[in-house]
Amino acid sequence: MSEPYTIIIGLEVHVQLDTRSKMFCGCSTAFGAPPNTQTCPVCIGMPGALPVMNRRAFELALKTAVALNCEIPRFTKWDRKNYYYPDLPKGYQISQFDLPLSQDGYLPISDPKGRFEPKRIGIIRAHLEEDAGKSMHDEAAGVADSRIDLNRCGTPLLEIVSQPDMRSPAEAKAYLTELKLLLNYLGVSDCNMQEGSLRVDANINLHIDTPEGTVATPIVEVKNMNSFRAVERALECEVRRQYELWQQTGQKLGDVPKQTRGWDEASQTTRPQRSKEESSDYRYFPEPDLVPVTTTEEQVERIRRSLGELPAALRSRLQESYGITPYDADVLVNQGRNLVDYYIELAEGCGDGKLASNWVQQDVLRTLGEQQIEIAEFPAPATALARLLDMVRAGKITTSRGREVLAEMITSGKSAEEVIKDMGIEQVDDSALQDLCRELIEASPKVVAQVKQGRQKAVGALIGQAKKKNPNVNPARVREICLELIGNGH
Amino acid sequence: MSLIDQTATELLAALSSGRLSSVEVTGAFLDQIESHDSKVRAFLRVDAEAALARAEQIDRHRKNGKPLGRLGGLPVAVKDLLCTAGEPTTCASRILEDFRSPYDATVIARLKAADAVLIGRTNMDEFAMGGSCESSAFGPTHNPWDLGRIPGGSSGGAAACVAAGMAPLSVGTDTGGSIRCPAALCGVTGMKPTYGRVSRYGLVAFASSLDQIGPIARTAEDAALLLEVLAGHDPLDSTSIDLPVPRYSETIGQPLEGLRIGLVPEHFGEGLDAEVEAAVREAVRVYRSLGAAVSEVSMPHSKYAVATYYIIAPCEASSNLARYDGVHYGYRTDQIQMMAELEAQRKELQQAGDDAALEELDNALIRMYRRSRAEGFGPEVKRRIMLGTYALSAGYYEAYYKKALKVRRLIRQDFDRAFDGVDLILGPVCPTPAYKIGEKVDDPLSMYLFDLYTVSTNLAGIGGISIPCGISSDGLPIGLHLQAPTFEEERLLRGAHMFQKATDWHLSSSFAHISTVFEAVARRFCWSVQRAGLAVDPLGPTRGALSPPS
Ligand SMILES: [Zn+2]
Repeated sequence: MSEPYTIIIGLEVHVQLDTRSKMFCGCSTAFGAPPNTQTCPVCIGMPGALPVMNRRAFELALKTAVALNCEIPRFTKWDRKNYYYPDLPKGYQISQFDLPLSQDGYLPISDPKGRFEPKRIGIIRAHLEEDAGKSMHDEAAGVADSRIDLNRCGTPLLEIVSQPDMRSPAEAKAYLTELKLLLNYLGVSDCNMQEGSLRVDANINLHIDTPEGTVATPIVEVKNMNSFRAVERALECEVRRQYELWQQTGQKLGDVPKQTRGWDEASQTTRPQRSKEESSDYRYFPEPDLVPVTTTEEQVERIRRSLGELPAALRSRLQESYGITPYDADVLVNQGRNLVDYYIELAEGCGDGKLASNWVQQDVLRTLGEQQIEIAEFPAPATALARLLDMVRAGKITTSRGREVLAEMITSGKSAEEVIKDMGIEQVDDSALQDLCRELIEASPKVVAQVKQGRQKAVGALIGQAKKKNPNVNPARVREICLELIGNGH
Repeated sequence: MSLIDQTATELLAALSSGRLSSVEVTGAFLDQIESHDSKVRAFLRVDAEAALARAEQIDRHRKNGKPLGRLGGLPVAVKDLLCTAGEPTTCASRILEDFRSPYDATVIARLKAADAVLIGRTNMDEFAMGGSCESSAFGPTHNPWDLGRIPGGSSGGAAACVAAGMAPLSVGTDTGGSIRCPAALCGVTGMKPTYGRVSRYGLVAFASSLDQIGPIARTAEDAALLLEVLAGHDPLDSTSIDLPVPRYSETIGQPLEGLRIGLVPEHFGEGLDAEVEAAVREAVRVYRSLGAAVSEVSMPHSKYAVATYYIIAPCEASSNLARYDGVHYGYRTDQIQMMAELEAQRKELQQAGDDAALEELDNALIRMYRRSRAEGFGPEVKRRIMLGTYALSAGYYEAYYKKALKVRRLIRQDFDRAFDGVDLILGPVCPTPAYKIGEKVDDPLSMYLFDLYTVSTNLAGIGGISIPCGISSDGLPIGLHLQAPTFEEERLLRGAHMFQKATDWHLSSSFAHISTVFEAVARRFCWSVQRAGLAVDPLGPTRGALSPPS
């Protein structure tokens, strides 16, 4: 790196867990209901109402923690985080303070494009808490009019806090992508950033090399980033800003209180957020309305066994079993488990992992993208596509004809064999092919002369003509036959 | 014998056999309220019409042979911090004056299902914070034995209404003595069950780890009846314990064989009124005469109980009461006035050019919080919120809250060790009989120290019961405190009942209704002295050091 500094990034990710009901009451967690219709005395903090822990949320949290290679303490408890805000009707958030349900884990990340070395990002802790409601401010003309929707209030949130282990915005993005993929494979969250089911706060500063030694710039917390791309950009922007600021002011870590800045998509800059966070004291103390939760070794083992194959393991297996490149394995695995299952079935069926990978990446993914559908809805089953690839491999039909066949299979839902029959694609008999080639050679002395002078490429013209005469011919075979005939002194 | 002199158990028998109707019973208690509650002020609200309608409905069901709940038409008074669907639940606070709960507390649902007639909502210290009922935003309740005195608190109205014959049964809550103290000062029976025995769902929290709902009645037998209805596991309260509820009222008549009683020497030390001590020692003698073995048990950490309590309870309260902020429900300050005030301040600062102060000026939201809470809460509640907020603050948490939790564990260990050798721990409930209204208002510390003997029960999470055991020279009741290990409510009740079979102190509260309350108390007092003095039962109590009034 040519820059005279090291970038230090740590991320706090909040993930809404995919439970039917809220963390401490029976209200639905469905997104998009009319404001304040999914509430009850518990989640709107009525006097006397008490929380009851959602077991399912706890299990999903444990599952995630185990997949993040975290330690699972035998004993965990709840705490109250006290602060006043209108979308927090109890005046405190039920969270976990000093005894989180998991700690000390890691998530390996790598970049198939090789922009950084594969590494492990440490996980400080992953703990459960309840979400707050949503405030919508209309501060037009200085008359603050705020509306509060408490539907989200009490939705289970898993907070995953990383170590400050990321050294570039690209690493931060890779970490988020890998984390989201993992959550996806675990089926614990839909990770929809637009609906707020995955939220990211970043802490970033620079360690600058100076003749006097390394100097750290003040840590800045960046919020309000609505996509992974935004996270990357915000961090890039923050790196530049912090370095410039340091050059101007020489401000070091500890000189100023920790600042919170918000990413502004429109101006592509971070702006300071008016926040009293600096001075806030959450007065954490154990939540007396809930009992501590104990987790047994057996429970953790059961969860570990139920995890299934996770993305990292799956990537290695695809490379080893099907001979595809790390890049290809990455692309396939990043599409989610269902696509990988499709790929595996296809690779097994046609017996060529590389070919299967090409077809999935080029044809299947394109169709999914164009039609905005999931792999489960893809009209050509893996077995059907496998038979088509078999024929392509055997040279019975060409790749481009194969693509046409697949397109027809997708529109009609018919099998490869039916489509081939319907399209009149018949296998061209080898002796007929020999005749056709002989005919073309005789009609093209120029090509023959060129080939004889050693320009084998010239035979391409003959292949083109052969295809025109019969679209079903195998170009490789045409080439073979022509070269042979010319070589034999034709 | 007048209807309201009968115990709940007797009334229930009469109701079940058809000798009395619920309308008659409810009507009699409503009449008593009507005649005397303007002086006692035990109730914040009484809906006579609704109570009678409910009584009538229960009578009809009984007539039609419909099976009735456990309380089959008995009136029950409820402390005004148990949420009742569609009705106000004020916690005796301005901040919830107009609040109506959208749901029933679990105990309210249980009472309704048991066919109780909910006769009215009783007064209390604001948010149950206090030991005298004086911190109620709606004025104090008066002790029926002496209207110039406090009834105890925080369940002052709940105990006073039973003492004054305005309800046979009453539901209170106890965080540091809030059932037992007023029961003692009003001469009735009141029990704080084990933490987790009764669901707290719908009990407006003061200190969640200490709060517990319990029965107040004239006799242990009546308390047993009510506890049977209140107790039991509730999936809505994570701290409620899933243990079967014994039929307390069926076993209460069985004396405790080979009873071992423990006395805590620390509970008979400095600060204990001589008459209270004499009455408690006399009660111990009664138990001894009933065959109990008495020994001393050491509670080395009990001297820290009040200090520990006044850290933990305010800490939890400061958080529990954060929700009363004027945003979603409850009292909110006058916004127009508030905005005008804020604007005026801003202008003033602008003119003065005081930029620093301008920067510090509240925004509208913060000012709304501040004013709503400042106007909505009374001084005692504010004091405790401030105490708790301070003790939980960064830098103080370790020194206060964390240390308090440690001492709390030590206090629990003291009890565990003590109960290895004894079945019940006996002692005074309050250090003195009821003091005068206004006497300690300006001295919160001495008021806090009044909880000296009761707070450890809550800190340890065990059960305790207060039963009448004497009357002071001023004619004021004295309470005896029995404590038992967790989930030994049956033992407490049987132990209390043994005493009540051998003595008459609990009956002395039965004549409150005769003409005026003043007269009632005088008569009741004379009657009980006579009864006690004339007792022929060799096991019965003697007057001991107490002398009748002149
Ligand atoms: Zn809810």
